Amino acid sequence: MPILSQTISASPSAWRPPAGLRRAVAPMALLALWQAVAALGFTSPQTMPAPSLILASLWQLIMSGQLGPNLLASLFRVSVGLAAGIAAGIMLGLAAGLSRLGEDFIDPTVQMARTLPHLALLPLMILWFGIGETPKIVIIALGASFPIYLNLFAAIRGTDRKLLEAAGMLGLSAWEVIWHVVLPSALPNFLVGLRQALGLAWISLVVAEQINATSGIGYLVMNAQEFLQTDVIFDGLLVYAALGLATDRLVRSLERRLLAWRPALLAN
Amino acid sequence: MNAITDAAVRASNLPEASTDYAVELRGLTRRFGTNVILQNLDLKIRSGAFVALLGRSGSGKSTLLRTLARLDPATAGTLRAPAATTAVFQEPRLLPWKRVWRNVALGLRVAAPRERAEAALDEVGLSHRHQAWPLTLSGGEAQRVALARALVREPELLLLDEPFAALDALTRLRMQLLVSALWQAHRPAVLLVTHDVDEALRLADRVLLLDQGRIALDIDVDAPRPRHHDGAAFMAQRAMLLAALGVVE
Repeated sequence: MPILSQTISASPSAWRPPAGLRRAVAPMALLALWQAVAALGFTSPQTMPAPSLILASLWQLIMSGQLGPNLLASLFRVSVGLAAGIAAGIMLGLAAGLSRLGEDFIDPTVQMARTLPHLALLPLMILWFGIGETPKIVIIALGASFPIYLNLFAAIRGTDRKLLEAAGMLGLSAWEVIWHVVLPSALPNFLVGLRQALGLAWISLVVAEQINATSGIGYLVMNAQEFLQTDVIFDGLLVYAALGLATDRLVRSLERRLLAWRPALLAN
Repeated sequence: MNAITDAAVRASNLPEASTDYAVELRGLTRRFGTNVILQNLDLKIRSGAFVALLGRSGSGKSTLLRTLARLDPATAGTLRAPAATTAVFQEPRLLPWKRVWRNVALGLRVAAPRERAEAALDEVGLSHRHQAWPLTLSGGEAQRVALARALVREPELLLLDEPFAALDALTRLRMQLLVSALWQAHRPAVLLVTHDVDEALRLADRVLLLDQGRIALDIDVDAPRPRHHDGAAFMAQRAMLLAALGVVE
């Protein structure tokens, strides 16, 4: 006679390393393999320098004062471009989301414009604004504004009708309903848009800085390409990755603060 | 009684406004295209009365409640209901991004809204949950917050649209007792929309049965409170209502 039985007990002898350590194993092993392959001479420093070499050259870039100003130049472009793009996205999203007239006026135009890959406009931007900071900032702002607009507009329109009814019965004015119901309910999707906007801003920056730049991380990388400094190209990639990671963290902490009421976050 | 008169004058299409009645409907009709939902309805609800509205799905009972709440328009007829009307729906409809007491205090235009909100929460037995996020509440707790939010506005008419339908049987019984106690303490006129004949007979002074947009039955329930589900009078009314709803036991 088949008997289903299962002993449910955690055996004390099976020690499991903490999750952070477990998750670090594979990347560390890859790095070690890379270092070994390079050290044994299977790859040349011109194609694939060893991780140790890349770190050394990064240290040198910092100490020689080359990294600092270029990093600041890149950060300046991204911050100004993002600020402008987010502001534009919010204003258009609010206008189209909160009024039918605004929707008719704004939405078709934006929907048409967004089918165009915004990076394709870079040559035009350079013709219009020259090769200074303006075309770079404009292209970053343009790229960032679309996800903000699209997410905010859809989120405002997706506000739960039942909550709107309930708020109306509580005697709230139209502006109070917008402030207490519509905007907070749109916030989670707005933050999704913000995260997409940040991702696009870094992509726009990389592309914009590779054309006619005289400063910035992209300039460092293009320069390194000309002089076959493969290690410096890797340094540039490292810096871009660190910047992307940092801004993603920023949005996450913003979500934790602003969306503290959500059950997924409450569970943590 | 001044407030009622003011409210009545503002909301009224009738020349003479009577303060004895919280609700007065005359010839109220609601159509969707050719589909008649409410048909030439006449109804008066006394101030402070507890009225239950029974009916099968699609009988128009929710439409009637939504018309009284001014959430749906009427096609024809006249309607008088107090401006101080609040509603509790089947779902609690709390704003998840506001803490419980803020949900209750929302739109409350009094001197100390927080104190008033907290007193209302104490009254529904949620003194320990003032600061909670709505999504951490159980179904019964959330519905009690919705009740506190409605009562804190001191309504002259409280509309209840199947407020217990989504709750488990034990919680439903507790909520019925709570609503009964709150009604006796505050005395708003109550219109309770429900499917549940026993619930209607337990809570209401008067039971209406809506069928195809008309009032098919209108009976008074004068059993003493607290009510018990026994006795010949109760069984007779129950059987009559169930039969009218097409259920024969």
